[in-house]
Amino acid sequence: MLFKIEARAEPSREMAIAAPLIATGLTVVISSLFFLSLGYNPFVTLYTFFIEPLTTMNGISEWLLKASPLILIACGLAIGFRANVWNIGAEGQLIMGAVAATGVGLFAPWQESPLLLPSMVIAGMLAGIAWAAIPAFLKDRMNTNEILVTLMLTYVAALVLSYLVHGPWRDPEGFNFPQTALLPYNGMFEVFDYSYRLNTSIFFTGIVVAVTWLFTERSFMGYKMSVGGVAPAAAKFAGFNASASIWIGLLASGAAAGLAGMMEAAGPLGQLSPQISPGYGFAAIIVAFIGRLNAFGIVLGGLLLSLLYLGGETVQMSLGLPSSIALIFQGMLLFFLLASNFLINFRIRKTAVRAH
Amino acid sequence: MTPRLELRGISKSYPGVLANDDISLSVLPGEIHAVLGENGAGKSTLMKIIYGATPADAGQIYCDGKAVPEHGPAVSRELGIEMVYQHFALFESITVVENIALSMPGKMDLKGLALRIREVSERYGLPIDPDRLVLSLSVGERQRVEIVRCLLRQPKLLILDEPTSVLTPQAVRKLFETLRQLSDEGCSILYISHKLDEVRELCHSATVLRGGKVTGETDPRQATSAELARMMVGKDLPEMMVEPSELSHMPLLSVNNLNLAPETVTGTSLKAVSLEVFGGEIVGIAGVSGNGQGELAAAISGEKITSAAEDIVLEGRPIGHLNAGRRRDLGLGFVPEERLGRGAVPPYELSENALLTAHRLGMVKHGMANRRKARDFAADVIEKYNVKASGPSAKAHGLSGGNLQKFIMGREIELSPKVLLVSQPTWGVDVGAAAYVRQTLIDLSRSGQAVIVISEELEELFEICDRLYVICNGELTPSLNRADTNVEEVGLLMTGTGSKPAAPDVQTESVRYAV
Repeated sequence: MLFKIEARAEPSREMAIAAPLIATGLTVVISSLFFLSLGYNPFVTLYTFFIEPLTTMNGISEWLLKASPLILIACGLAIGFRANVWNIGAEGQLIMGAVAATGVGLFAPWQESPLLLPSMVIAGMLAGIAWAAIPAFLKDRMNTNEILVTLMLTYVAALVLSYLVHGPWRDPEGFNFPQTALLPYNGMFEVFDYSYRLNTSIFFTGIVVAVTWLFTERSFMGYKMSVGGVAPAAAKFAGFNASASIWIGLLASGAAAGLAGMMEAAGPLGQLSPQISPGYGFAAIIVAFIGRLNAFGIVLGGLLLSLLYLGGETVQMSLGLPSSIALIFQGMLLFFLLASNFLINFRIRKTAVRAH
Repeated sequence: MTPRLELRGISKSYPGVLANDDISLSVLPGEIHAVLGENGAGKSTLMKIIYGATPADAGQIYCDGKAVPEHGPAVSRELGIEMVYQHFALFESITVVENIALSMPGKMDLKGLALRIREVSERYGLPIDPDRLVLSLSVGERQRVEIVRCLLRQPKLLILDEPTSVLTPQAVRKLFETLRQLSDEGCSILYISHKLDEVRELCHSATVLRGGKVTGETDPRQATSAELARMMVGKDLPEMMVEPSELSHMPLLSVNNLNLAPETVTGTSLKAVSLEVFGGEIVGIAGVSGNGQGELAAAISGEKITSAAEDIVLEGRPIGHLNAGRRRDLGLGFVPEERLGRGAVPPYELSENALLTAHRLGMVKHGMANRRKARDFAADVIEKYNVKASGPSAKAHGLSGGNLQKFIMGREIELSPKVLLVSQPTWGVDVGAAAYVRQTLIDLSRSGQAVIVISEELEELFEICDRLYVICNGELTPSLNRADTNVEEVGLLMTGTGSKPAAPDVQTESVRYAV
């Protein structure tokens, strides 16, 4: 028996729905064997991973709190990715957004004004935009590779942050810890309930999801950018402006990442420290692809990845699983998810063996 | 006489298509047998089955009266069946003799082989230097290498798949001499083509395929082109209606002394190209592929922007500095040769593809695309231009070449361009659709627009054009009136030997290979 891979004439609608289910099924089966071989009860482990985190209000709050920046950044990235503009440095833009927003929050003269938070939002977005404008300018004018430039600028951003919190912005009353003073009350997002960390910044994410959907699915600019990504020669044939795609793709993702950084600083953290983000900017790339670059898909992808983070922590705490096993499990699910997307555009057929 | 090759009831299906349906044919020793059919009629599948590259689902193959039970390319070689594919399989960076040595059995003996290549190629009038790098060979010469490679094995049956599509008329004649010589020596030839005139000139018998079935067997020397076409298409082809044209006073488009460096190392540079097109006429640009046609089309369409604005003038207005979208706004339409990926976005619906260029017909409001208008427009084009598609939501890559071409052409014409540039209008388009496309171009020009057609098919150009330019090695000849020229003259110009005394040996082909 031989197998043959064939391209489908049309992407399969059934498979588009079935692919995530197949991936989940495969992950459950294989991880069960994996947990079993390590001496853990697979049912208990899977329950602890997926269900237990969501059984408490605090768990749900943390779930949404972590999903929010992932979804927000992934939406921005998707706009660029659709046009083959590969911004890999959302993490750096996030850091710069957090830095600028905290700077405004701590040092702006209008500390008591209700406009402090809105001005921090603007500062965070502008900083993300400015950081993304560097690769956009270099790619537009000098045809540099935006993958490299955005990635490298992430490390520059991390060093800028490190310099500020170790040096000029360090809190004089902070016992020498590398962190800034806490943001003033007016510079923080309101929490829904004082027992939990989830705050009103999640509305921004909701708005960005809606705007992203409108832009990618309904606007003419979004159409032009998608054509540039799917068939560059057709975009050239139609006379669509390639540099507009580069600028919009990078600046939109920069703004989203900058906003996410601002939301972290003015939300759960309340200050700057060297660990402003647990890698949201990179994880959002995975979220964008799990969501197939579609705004609503990204919401699901963000919720899934966030749950994987929480579940990973929960199995460590309540079952004592090593953190690396949680990571292997996460990797397995993501791998199967992206791999089963292959079935949407291709099919596998059995072919009879022929003797020669 | 025992047939050299006999097929009985060959069937082959692919998912969704029955490519070959109960096909039987037989070829006698020394016979030149044509397999005629439109694109998609199942010719290539049948040849692959004969050569053993693909197994048939049902049916038997007999060679010299004996059944071939387990077929495969290795079996074919033992039986003396050789095939020259439409797309060559040569390594560019090594020499001719090294390429051929790769496919010869036994120990490698380059010197001895080179000698045999020289001998065989001279005997059959296919002069080729075994020590040249394939890189430096023209397309015609590469084909000779492929043929010589087959001849070295002294085949009993030679299969040629659309061999003339890359050749000038002179080179075609040369190839036919070789094939006749082979046939006289007793080698059978299967000649696959959709060019009726060639088949009538060369072949002793013909099997016509349509939709995977045999629709006729005939002696092409006795049949008329119209009869053969009817067997291929299943109905009579419409007669072209060419009315005399009335030209505009001023040229609608002129290209003035355009120089353009190639984008890639293997590209062709345009050298001082000048041309003029008037309203009411169709101007053709003939040439062997890879002589600068692609570069010229991109320069006129605006996909590649030239340095000086005055290089290209549309209705007295310099447009050389504008991109394709701005040129289209000013009335310059373009239908490219690549329909999928350039003229249309393959995975997009037709309505979305309507938006690609027709968005300027009020389909965008406040930055939002009006999907309903795009749908209506696509539906109109489908109806008006006889596009066979399930509707505006059909995906572009699901359409056949001819139907997608009709859609793209309809879309561009609906923008009411003053000048329409069409590149290879009937490439990969079936005969019926091709006739429709040509008639559409004629009608467009007769309503006062200017039409430029870049094509490698001379017959097509002679059928519809009022004037012709010939492009060779990036240079354009002065224009020729169709009425005052002939295929012979144009053919010589295509090889760059037009002004010099005719050198029938086409060794001088200065053809460049497009990558």
